[in-house]
Amino acid sequence: MKTFKKGGVHPPEKKTTNNCPVVEMPVPDELRIMLSQCIGVPAKPIVKPGDSVACGQMIAEAGGFVSAPVHSPVNGTVKKIEPTRTPQGIWQDSIVIETDKENPVSFPTPRSDGEVNDLSPDDIISIVGDCGIVGLGGATFPTRVKLSVPKGKTAEFVLINGAECEPCLTCDDALMRRDADKIVKGTLLIMKATGAKAGMIGIEENKPEAIKSMSDAAGKYSNLDVVTLKKKYPQGGEKQLIYAITGRTVPAGSLPIETGCIVDNVATAYAVYDAVYNRRPLTERILTVTGPEVPNPGNFLVKNGTSLLEIMKFAGGVPEDTGKIIAGGPMMGRAVSSLESSATKGLSGLVVLPESTSLRKPEGPCIRCGRCVSVCPMGLEPYLLMLQADVKRWDDMSQSGVLNCLECGCCTYSCPANRPLLDMIKLGKQELRKIK
Amino acid sequence: MIIGISILVLGVIGVIAAIILFIAAKRFYVYEDPKIGEIEELLPGANCGGCGFSGCHAFAVECASAKSMDGLVCTGVNSEGMKKIADIVGLTPVANQRKVAIIKCSASCENRDPRNHYDGVRSCAIEASLYQGESDCIYGCLGCGDCVAACPFGAMQLNEGEELPHVDLDKCTGCGKCVEACPRNLCELSPIYSDRPIVWVACANRDRGPVAMKECGVACIGCTKCRKVCPNEAPDIKSFIAHIDQEKCISCGECIKACPRHTIKSTADPISAD
Amino acid sequence: MNKLTISLSPHIHSGGSINRCMWNVVIAMMPALAVALWTFGLPALWVTLVSVTSCLLAEWVITKYMFHRPSTLANGSALITGILLAFNLPSILPWWMVVIGAIVAIGIGKMSFGGLGCNIWNPALVGRVFLLLSFPAAMTTWPSGVESGYDAATGASQQADASSGATLLTHLNNGETSFADYNFLDMAIGQMNGSLGEVGGLAILIGLLYLLITKTITWHIPVSVIASAAFFSWVLGGNPVLDIFAGGLLLGAVFMATDYVTSPMTHKGQLVFGFMIGCITIIIRRFGAYPEGMSFAILLMNSFVPLINRYCKPAIFGEKERRKMA
Repeated sequence: MKTFKKGGVHPPEKKTTNNCPVVEMPVPDELRIMLSQCIGVPAKPIVKPGDSVACGQMIAEAGGFVSAPVHSPVNGTVKKIEPTRTPQGIWQDSIVIETDKENPVSFPTPRSDGEVNDLSPDDIISIVGDCGIVGLGGATFPTRVKLSVPKGKTAEFVLINGAECEPCLTCDDALMRRDADKIVKGTLLIMKATGAKAGMIGIEENKPEAIKSMSDAAGKYSNLDVVTLKKKYPQGGEKQLIYAITGRTVPAGSLPIETGCIVDNVATAYAVYDAVYNRRPLTERILTVTGPEVPNPGNFLVKNGTSLLEIMKFAGGVPEDTGKIIAGGPMMGRAVSSLESSATKGLSGLVVLPESTSLRKPEGPCIRCGRCVSVCPMGLEPYLLMLQADVKRWDDMSQSGVLNCLECGCCTYSCPANRPLLDMIKLGKQELRKIK
Repeated sequence: MIIGISILVLGVIGVIAAIILFIAAKRFYVYEDPKIGEIEELLPGANCGGCGFSGCHAFAVECASAKSMDGLVCTGVNSEGMKKIADIVGLTPVANQRKVAIIKCSASCENRDPRNHYDGVRSCAIEASLYQGESDCIYGCLGCGDCVAACPFGAMQLNEGEELPHVDLDKCTGCGKCVEACPRNLCELSPIYSDRPIVWVACANRDRGPVAMKECGVACIGCTKCRKVCPNEAPDIKSFIAHIDQEKCISCGECIKACPRHTIKSTADPISAD
Repeated sequence: MNKLTISLSPHIHSGGSINRCMWNVVIAMMPALAVALWTFGLPALWVTLVSVTSCLLAEWVITKYMFHRPSTLANGSALITGILLAFNLPSILPWWMVVIGAIVAIGIGKMSFGGLGCNIWNPALVGRVFLLLSFPAAMTTWPSGVESGYDAATGASQQADASSGATLLTHLNNGETSFADYNFLDMAIGQMNGSLGEVGGLAILIGLLYLLITKTITWHIPVSVIASAAFFSWVLGGNPVLDIFAGGLLLGAVFMATDYVTSPMTHKGQLVFGFMIGCITIIIRRFGAYPEGMSFAILLMNSFVPLINRYCKPAIFGEKERRKMA
C-alpha cells in the first residue's frame, strides 16, 4: 500500500461520524456571507442593501487575480453590508441576506452531456472561476488559478485528494460515499481543463466504503484510478499526496505543477461537477460537526453564511462541557473564538473538545529525543527552529528551511515535553514574511 | 644539563612565537580611528538602533567620519553626552528632541472582559496572528509583553494582574524598539515638552461607539466631548477615535476631566529633557 | 458554556511525556538490576540504594536551593542516573565513594549545565569516570568468590580471583587468558564478575526489547554500537561474542549511549554515533591501559554530538530536486 516516505504520525482517528449520511440543514432566516472566503483578495460586493437576490446570483465579484466571487445561497433580500466577526474574532466585511422562504428556489436547467462535451478547457476554467470555486480542503485557493496551467508546464496527472487524514473529520468520506459518480465526472472535467492524461483518486485505507463506491464509479473510465493509501497523517498534504501516489517529489519551494501534478480535493471536484453540469455556483458544502460531547454529531450540508451557532444548534446545541471549538480538523484547524461568525467555503468541520482535553499540558525542557525530527514530513528540525525562534534569529531559521514547513503539527503532536514547536515555527515564518 | 636544554628549547620556541605574533600583528593591522572607541565609551551600548544605524559601533563609526552632526542623535544619551560626542569629533551638536514611548491602550484586566482563554506561548506576535485576543477588542493590548522583552533599557514592565505595559519615563530613551515589537501598533513615540506633561488618548479602538462600549470599559467611543471642552481644539476624532494633536495641546487637563470613559491619560509632570 | 480556549494547532497531543519515557527506561533496567542482586547479593542492593538516594537528594537540593525551581524529581531522570551510576560501580565500593559519585553525576554532570536536557555528557558516566580516576584501586576491586566468567581455566587467574576478584576483561588485558576460556552461558546470565549492571547480558537485552516495544528508543544506537564493536573486535583478531558480552558494552549500548539528551537527533547521526562508540571501545580495550573502554568511548562521542547534529541533518523534502532544477 502506498504512502509518503518521510515522517508522519498516527493520531487516533476518532471518526465517529463516518457512518452518518449527509443531512441537509434547513435554511436559516439570516445568512451572513463573508466577502473574504478564499486566500487572496476579498471579493467586492455588487449588491446594495435592499436589493433582492436570487439563489445562485453573484453578490460579490472577484477582487483581483487570486480571488473568487461569492454567490447568494438563497432567494432573499440584502439587509445590510457590515462587518461580521470571523471565527477568529476579527471583523471582516460581510453581506447579510434575509432569506425569502415564500419563493421556491428554481434551479437552472442542467447542461446535457453533449453540451458539456462541447465545452473547451478554457470554458470550463471560466465556469469554475465564475462559480466561485475554491479549494475545499481548507486552503481555499481559487481553483480557477490552479487549473490554469502556467505556460511551459504540462499537467500529466490530476490527483484527487480523498485522503482525509485529519482525525475526526468525515465530510469527504460522506461525500465520496454519496456522490462518487459526480466526483468522478468532476475529475474528468478537471482533467479536460488542464489537459492531464490520467486522474488518480487517493483514499486512505480507513474508508473502505468510499474506496468501493469510488472504484465502482471510476471503473468505467480507463484513465482513472483509485489508489488506496496507508493511513498516515499528513497524507492529505499536497506534496505528501503527490509522493504517495506518483512517487514524485515536488522541489522545495515549487508548486506541484513542477512534477506535472494538479491536486484537488474531492469536494472541489464535486463542486466543479455541480458548476459545469448543473450551472450551480459554490454556495454550500458538507461539513462535519463532531466531538465526544456533541448530542447529534454528523455530516451536514450547510449553506454558505450560516452562523456557527445555528450549525451547533442543529447538532444538538453547544455541549455544557466545551473547552475548545475547532474550525477544521484537530491537527491543522484553527480554534474558534466566537460563534457569532458564519460558515465559509473553507470550513470543513467543527470539532468540539471537552474542557479536559482542550488545554495544553505544561511545557518541559527539550530532552533532545529527536522525535520532532523523525516525524517531520518535510525533513526539518523543529527543535532547532524553535531554539532559533527563541533568540529571534530569523535568518538562521530561513537557512534551516523553515519556509518549507507545511504546519502539519506533527512535531508539537509528538513532543514528549509538550513544547510549542509549531507556535514558534509559525512565528518565525511570519517574521520572515515581514522582512521580505 | 637537561634543565639547560629544556630552557633553551622553550626559549627558542618562545622567541619564534613572538616573531610570528609580531609579523601577524603588523601584517593584519587594521587602522581604526581612536575617536570611534572614545565615542563608543559614551554610548549606552544597548544596540537599540534608535539612531537609525545597526548598533552603537556603527553609530560611532558614522560620527567619527561625519562632516556635521545633522541626523546623528543617540536617543540613549542626554544632551550633555551628545555634546561630549560632538566635542570629540569637533562639531556642534544638534539639539536632541527627546521622545518617550506612550501606550495607546489603557485596558487593564478589569476593564477588558476576557471572552476566551489563550493557551500558548506568551507572545503578542503569535497571539495577534492567531485571533482577536482574549477580550473582544481587536485593537487593544494583548498583555503578553513583547514590548517589555524588546526594550533594551528595561524601561517597560507589566504589572501583576494588570497585563498592561507601563513605561518608566526616566529610563525610556525613545529608541522605538517597542514600536517595532507591538503587533497592534500601540506604542507611539511622543515628543516631550519642558513646560507641560504629555496628554494622550490611551485607546486604539476604531469600532463604532456602541460596539466599542461593549468591547471594553475604557475604550474611546468617539463621543467628541474632549474636543468640545478643549480651548484649542487639539483632539481630533477620526474613525471613532480621538487623537490629540500635540502641537495644539496645552495640557490644561480639561479633556481628561470631560472624558466619560476615562480614556485620556497624562504624565504626572513635565518630563525633563534629559 | 465556559470560556473557549484558543491555541495554535495542533489541538491534540500524542500523550507521550518526559515522565513516561523516563519511567519506561527505569522499568527496562529492572531485569538487569535483578540479575545484579542475584549475582552480588545484598551489597549490590546497598550500592544501588545509596546511589539512587544521593542522586535524588542532590537533584532536589540543587533545584530547590540553587535554581529556585519546582522539584523535578517526578520526571525520573535523577532516578535513572542513580541506577545507572550504581550499574557502573563494583558492589563492594565504600558507600561514601558512591555518594561522591552521585553528587558529581548530578551536580557537575547534569545540573551545572542547567538541568535535564542541557547536559553534554551522560551524568552517570561523568560520575563513574570521576570515581575511576579518583579511586582507581577501589573502582577496580571486584568481590571475590564470584565466578569470573571463565571456568577456572588457568591457575594464574584463580589466584587473582582469590585475592581481589577480577573481571574477564582484566584477565584479557593482562594476557592471562585466551578467548577460548570463557563460558558463554555463564556470562549471559550474569555468572561473571564486574560492575553491577554489566553482568546480566540477557537481562539487558530484555530491557532493550522492552524499550523498543514501547518505542522509547529506536534500534539505531544499540544496534550500531554492538555491530561496530563486533566488527572491530573481529578485525583486530578478537572474539566478537566475548567482546559484546564481557564488560559494560551491552549496558552502555542499551542504557547509556541511548540517553536522549546526549545522543544525536537524527537516525543518520545516531548510526554514526553508535559506530564510533563501538570502534573506540574496542580500540581502548585492545590498545589502551584500561581493560574497559565503554564509558570513555561514550563520553568522547557525547562531546561530538553537536558536531554530528550539525553534519547529519535530515534531508529537506524536495531540496535535492530543487538543486537539480536550479
